[in-house]
Amino acid sequence: MRREHIINLVTLAVLVVVPLGAWVLDEPFIITLATRAVIFAIAGVGLNLALGQGGLVSLGHAAFFGIGGYAMGILASHAQAYAPLMEWPFLIEGTKSMPIIWLVAVVSSALAALAIGALSLRTSGVYFIMITLAFGQMIYYFAISWPAYGGEDGLVVYVRNGFPGLNTLDPIQFFGLCFCVLCIVLWAMSRVQNSAFGLALASARQNPVRVQSVGIDPYRLRLVAFTLSGAITGLSGALFADLNRFVSPTMLSWQMSGEIMVFIIIGGVARLFGPVIGAMIFILLEHVLGGVSEFWHIYLGALLLMIVLFAKGGVIGALAGREVAHD
Amino acid sequence: MTDIILQARGLQKSFGALRVTDDVSLEVRSGEIHALIGPNGAGKSTLVQQLTGHLESDAGQVALCGQDVTSLGPVERAAKGLGRTFQISALAMENSVLQNVVLGALGRRGGVFRFFAPVMKDRALLDVANNALARVGLRAQAKVRTSDLSHGQRRQLEVAVALTQSPKAFLMDEPMAGLGLEGAGQMIDLLRKLRAEAPILLIEHDMDAVFALADRISVLVYGKIIATGAPEDIRRNREIQLAYLGKEAEL
Repeated sequence: MRREHIINLVTLAVLVVVPLGAWVLDEPFIITLATRAVIFAIAGVGLNLALGQGGLVSLGHAAFFGIGGYAMGILASHAQAYAPLMEWPFLIEGTKSMPIIWLVAVVSSALAALAIGALSLRTSGVYFIMITLAFGQMIYYFAISWPAYGGEDGLVVYVRNGFPGLNTLDPIQFFGLCFCVLCIVLWAMSRVQNSAFGLALASARQNPVRVQSVGIDPYRLRLVAFTLSGAITGLSGALFADLNRFVSPTMLSWQMSGEIMVFIIIGGVARLFGPVIGAMIFILLEHVLGGVSEFWHIYLGALLLMIVLFAKGGVIGALAGREVAHD
Repeated sequence: MTDIILQARGLQKSFGALRVTDDVSLEVRSGEIHALIGPNGAGKSTLVQQLTGHLESDAGQVALCGQDVTSLGPVERAAKGLGRTFQISALAMENSVLQNVVLGALGRRGGVFRFFAPVMKDRALLDVANNALARVGLRAQAKVRTSDLSHGQRRQLEVAVALTQSPKAFLMDEPMAGLGLEGAGQMIDLLRKLRAEAPILLIEHDMDAVFALADRISVLVYGKIIATGAPEDIRRNREIQLAYLGKEAEL
């Protein structure tokens, strides 16, 4: 077995054992922390498709995270107020059902990513970073100035949305649900990485001219990758809003984009489990150091600096060595 | 009568006041290796980019198998059968050697937007890829990371990727560049065998290779083709010797 596989399995094991232990010891706060880590990991896995596999450094992924969050917030707030979203030309009601909310979150963030990607991917490098940031900020200010859905204050949902057969208000059950979503996303992503699309996308990152010269258009590859990436991040946004039972423009802020990127850099860029490990370490630091000082980001910054300077492959890169191309 | 596979007619390109490509016409016929030589700064690289579609021409046409491709970009021209190798190796360096050729086979076959089937287990693609590797003598290196290949092996891999395209014409930009004596010898053998498959437009500095391989040679000086002909004619041509090979040149 390859070293990276072992690291991946250990990561998953830790991610399961810690909340289960907390459940036995009746420590719901720890379960909530683990759930946060899982949800952030999903967001990171989404961004990693664009950033790691595609080499598309997007500083606007909070837009998709937030759109997923608002999809949940808007649908659930209408449902709890018994006010339909619209009545004409056809009736659309709010919903408290997670599967429907997830579907809406995925579709709306995918559409947003398609539109933003179609324009942004005409640029590259620093310009791409800046234009994705600009789109993200546009949506952020739009949310702030839209009073119908809480504006700056955001939207509160009183009761967590439901999933058939589960009591989602029970922390361990909600954790289990999020963990399953993470596993499915990771499985799908591992398939994509090894697929024809994955090979072409990774090759386009390394050498776009090579991809062109065999008759494949890098732009189309990147646009599809960016759209899928946005969709996954949007799904995690819906879960995050459900975890907090609250959605606000903070989810759309560029700091959020930065945080998602930080998960990937800590864990390992383009590694399947990179964002998972990154999100876990982030949550751990936030919890431990956050107790020490309000300014714990200083330590996070120092850690990032060390990784960028001395361990470019992140934690996985440092432990598993460089990537093996294929078996 | 021989078929014309790749044809350029009256190509022009200027950068500001500098005319880099000045009314260039050339044709590559089926079964031949057509070498394009010229001193540094003659405009070879610009001409190559105009042929591949990376640069838009100010005037003139490019045709592939009689079909006008002037308005097409590099992706479409590659898809139409223009296979190329690069002056500086353009390979996915983090990928394995096999992955690079599989990518080539994938580009040729289509079906890039398949998200779930493992591409490295696709028999049809692997057959094409392994076959191409075998022909350039890289079968044993299939699983090596591309960045670990020697310079000469990278050049061979470039040719292998071009082979997966089963192109109608090869455009090879200095395939000998940086190769040692032995490597150049191997490459010459390889290209000699390729000619039957598809004609080659060979842009090359290595005169030994050019005279060993070329059926016809065109000489580009200051953006103009000053002569086209059989190697013996070019060798004897005084004007070329002055313009390019130097007054003292002995060939």
